[in-house]
Amino acid sequence: MHDMTLTELARALEAGKFTSRQLTESLLARIERFDGELNSFISVTAEQALAAADAADAARARGEAGPLTGLPLALKDIFCTQDVKTSCGSKMLDNFIAPYDAHVVEKLKHAGTVSLGKTNMDEFAMGSSNENSHYGPVKNPWDLTAVPGGSSGGSAAAVAAGLVPAALGTDTGGSIRQPAAFCGITGLKPTYGRVSRYGMVAYASSLDQAGPMARTAEDCALLLSAIAGHDLRDSTSVARGVPDYRAELGASLSGLRIGLPKEYFGDGLDPEVETAIREAVKVYESLGATVQEVSLPHTHHAIPAYYVIAPAEASSNLSRYDGVRFGYRCDAPADLEDLYKRSRAEGFGDEVKRRILIGTHTLSEGFFDAYYKKAQQVRRLIRQDFMDAFEEVDVLMGPSTPTTAFDLGANKDPVSMYLQDIYTIAINLAGIPGISVPAGNINGRPVGLQILGPHFAETQLLNVAHQFQQVTDWHQQRPAFGKENT
Amino acid sequence: MALEPKDVRRAAHLARLGLDETDADRYVDDLTRILEMADHLQTVNTDGVAPLAHPLDATQRLRADEVTETDQRERFQRNAPAVENGLYLVPRVVE
Amino acid sequence: MQWETVIGLEVHAQLATQSKIFSGASTAFGAEPNSQACAVDLGLPGVLPVLNESAVAMAVQFGLGINAEIPEVSIFDRKNYFYPDLPKGYQTSQMYHPIVGQGEVEITLEDGETKRIRVHHAHLEEDAGKSLHEDFHSMTGVDLNRAGTPLLEIVSEPDMRSAKEAVAYLKAMHSIVTYLGISDGNMAEGSMRCDVNVSVRPKGQEAFGTRAEIKNVNSFRFVERAIAFEVERQIELIEDGGKVVQETRLYDPEADETRSMRTKEEANDYRYFPCPDLLPVVLDAAYVDHLRSSLPELPAEKRARFQNELGLSAYDAGVLSATRAMADFFEGVKEVCGDAKLAANWVQGEFAGHLNKEGLTIASSPVSALQLGELVARVKDETINGKAAKQVFAALWAGEGNSADEVIEARGLKQVTDTGAIEAMIDQVIADSPVQVAQYRDAEPDKRGKMIGYFVGQVMKASRGTANPQQVNGLLKEKLDALC
Repeated sequence: MHDMTLTELARALEAGKFTSRQLTESLLARIERFDGELNSFISVTAEQALAAADAADAARARGEAGPLTGLPLALKDIFCTQDVKTSCGSKMLDNFIAPYDAHVVEKLKHAGTVSLGKTNMDEFAMGSSNENSHYGPVKNPWDLTAVPGGSSGGSAAAVAAGLVPAALGTDTGGSIRQPAAFCGITGLKPTYGRVSRYGMVAYASSLDQAGPMARTAEDCALLLSAIAGHDLRDSTSVARGVPDYRAELGASLSGLRIGLPKEYFGDGLDPEVETAIREAVKVYESLGATVQEVSLPHTHHAIPAYYVIAPAEASSNLSRYDGVRFGYRCDAPADLEDLYKRSRAEGFGDEVKRRILIGTHTLSEGFFDAYYKKAQQVRRLIRQDFMDAFEEVDVLMGPSTPTTAFDLGANKDPVSMYLQDIYTIAINLAGIPGISVPAGNINGRPVGLQILGPHFAETQLLNVAHQFQQVTDWHQQRPAFGKENT
Repeated sequence: MALEPKDVRRAAHLARLGLDETDADRYVDDLTRILEMADHLQTVNTDGVAPLAHPLDATQRLRADEVTETDQRERFQRNAPAVENGLYLVPRVVE
Repeated sequence: MQWETVIGLEVHAQLATQSKIFSGASTAFGAEPNSQACAVDLGLPGVLPVLNESAVAMAVQFGLGINAEIPEVSIFDRKNYFYPDLPKGYQTSQMYHPIVGQGEVEITLEDGETKRIRVHHAHLEEDAGKSLHEDFHSMTGVDLNRAGTPLLEIVSEPDMRSAKEAVAYLKAMHSIVTYLGISDGNMAEGSMRCDVNVSVRPKGQEAFGTRAEIKNVNSFRFVERAIAFEVERQIELIEDGGKVVQETRLYDPEADETRSMRTKEEANDYRYFPCPDLLPVVLDAAYVDHLRSSLPELPAEKRARFQNELGLSAYDAGVLSATRAMADFFEGVKEVCGDAKLAANWVQGEFAGHLNKEGLTIASSPVSALQLGELVARVKDETINGKAAKQVFAALWAGEGNSADEVIEARGLKQVTDTGAIEAMIDQVIADSPVQVAQYRDAEPDKRGKMIGYFVGQVMKASRGTANPQQVNGLLKEKLDALC
């Protein structure tokens, strides 16, 4: 059953082929067997999972099952989960037992899903390889010498390895789409404001957005319908009805106007990845779509703008980790200054410190206008690029990443690591939705096709992705790792 | 804009991040290259462009002035490193 | 050299909301430590702020009260610094786009002179918690109940030129916020406190001198004392060839002096930037107009009306409009008795005197505006005379009887105006005082006026104070003169 999609599992549960408890036990056994090597989970909450599975089975027996009742999934360890450790991949929060549930966790519990545990991630969601976790790197199930991507690398690897059929991730600069691409799964970053951020540990508040990671677009649609919606506790959450994202999956793509941003096919793109993406676009043409080249002229300023804005917000968001009310506190602080400086020096990892320093510096007197304000202006130009493009076309397509998954330890230099985010990062600055779908495999490492739409175009993105998955089988391919049954 | 070691030390102090000397040197190096990248922003003409702080042009919603929270001190303080008589303890602050 | 003092004030008024500015925790004063610090106030990982509508409405009301511009858009910024009572490591405030723009307020000085003081702007922000330095094994305890309480910070222009003007300004602010009911203005509990910026410059010089900021002064008197000390310190320093440094100072009421707060700390860099968790606050004209139309009468308007429509003196109008409680009480008395001047005399006289003597506030007064109004009405319609009225007031104050009429009835204080009855009493007094009558008759006519007092006293005594004194006087004079 570990090969099945969420949608297939839902049907099987409904048909009584197996119970949620049997399914949960089977997946917990796979985690037990395989995750030692993969390291995709920080916490496995077996006891709570089995209790939730039993409750789901009982609800089904009473005839009270909804579309997600009894379905197992995993949560990136960035979502506060009541009475469960919520570490955000950091030593700073290694001892933090969340006293409340994040909005999305609440909604998923309410929908009757069964959380198997909390997945590994780059510390405070800062990273593109999952090598920045206090709990050690996650491995890519397609190739254990490769990274799974980041920062939602644990979620992506766990889904790809069949440890769980779906997981929640978060995406601030590509953290859902890039690991989805590297691990050969489907991952959606919704429009900013579509999913409440309440209870999601903040990295960069104006960019962060939670979203589903699963095997298919259909599964992502199912999950998004459950987690999207207005939340009065998040001022940036949008008061807008939530459609049934599955309703339009079957719509024809005839006449769909696809734009290929020329900047997404330039220098730095691996030629084999480019070939795979162009093949995928041909598939769309065969489905009746028209293709044209468009331009997003400010693309190359997205990385610098992001690496000013995100660290600035992060430097402020992470000030609350001061060793006073929760989290790590250093031993025997000599005075207040020592308490702060040592707790934060010992509790945060390297990349987090780097971004705090960058953000603090660019916000400080004498640098604010040149960096922060300038980046915000450029951010408007980047958003405008997309708005202009969507005047001409319905969706944009291109590679999710310039290369397939790179090797563990390959990108030692922070700047070269940042440049990996070239195709994903502008989307967060503009706040638009984007989805990565499997569209190829090069030397055993998957390729992701990224599809972008205007604000709140999730229904269309899921439809476009789903139709591709009706005529291709990239999403059905599984890595050798974990193939043997338990 | 060139980054000086004193800038990094200043940022580290403002952010209350303890750095030892070798750390500091390494960060000067990393941050210099990150800022060199950020300096590319200066090549963009942004005359008359308003800064964009939020990706959607939405406005703030207001909540009704009602007390909705109850006392959860005991629950919250289970995560605290040091408490006494309901107070969070820190090394003595001299005023 | 002649020196001129330049003062600007930053007044922090805690807004009288039920819940905090960004969370649903209670703002009630005096709860168990940290029992009113919810997840948002504590800055737990993942929590987010949502703005309280009352805090916004109160800030706008204040702005309208000082005739300020209310910008359509205001924006919250983060002020970043570390301190144990600041849970998130930043204070959410408004640096660049405050909710209230430029306004002004008129202050009245002791000599009755008025002066306009400009308000640069007022902005919303969250209060911090409290650090308690009692000994917890040489640790400091942090109580975050106050964290997130809404504050309105009102920043004046440096328009004040003396400690007295600063105090008058602070009193004007106090009276505006209490009139509007947007703050209880309780300085002892810290609901209202201020930072005072003080500098001196040679008289005639245009450029400002270097200023010192005296933080957190929490009484009118301390504001006056702190400025007085600081001005003297700065002048002495300059005259001795020194230089004033720009710094933060603390007023110590015990020693009656200001002291430098920070020595080694370098200048702070708060790294303000727009709070990404809060969106721009947009106030449309209809909303502002609605608040404007429901604005109560403010002190300056009230003072003017008391003078122009009720015919009170400038002094009386000022005293009676100083606080909303006083003004409301006075107007209550006036409504019931129908005589503004009599009401003004009684409120400032017997009533204020009794409050002062017993250290009570209007809210805790045993005599209500209705009771005093009824009493004054009886003075006005001459049911009782002034002397009896004081007795009635004392009785009401002591809780004897529910109304003036009840006391008048019970004590038989009703003024006697029946000429026949008064004549009878006069005849009796004359008959009982042959010696005094003889003296009166023998006296020079111009001395007799003084001697009549004895007879008046006797008649009043005989009437147990209820006879109308004017009537007694007139009739006595007639009768005695007839004997001469």
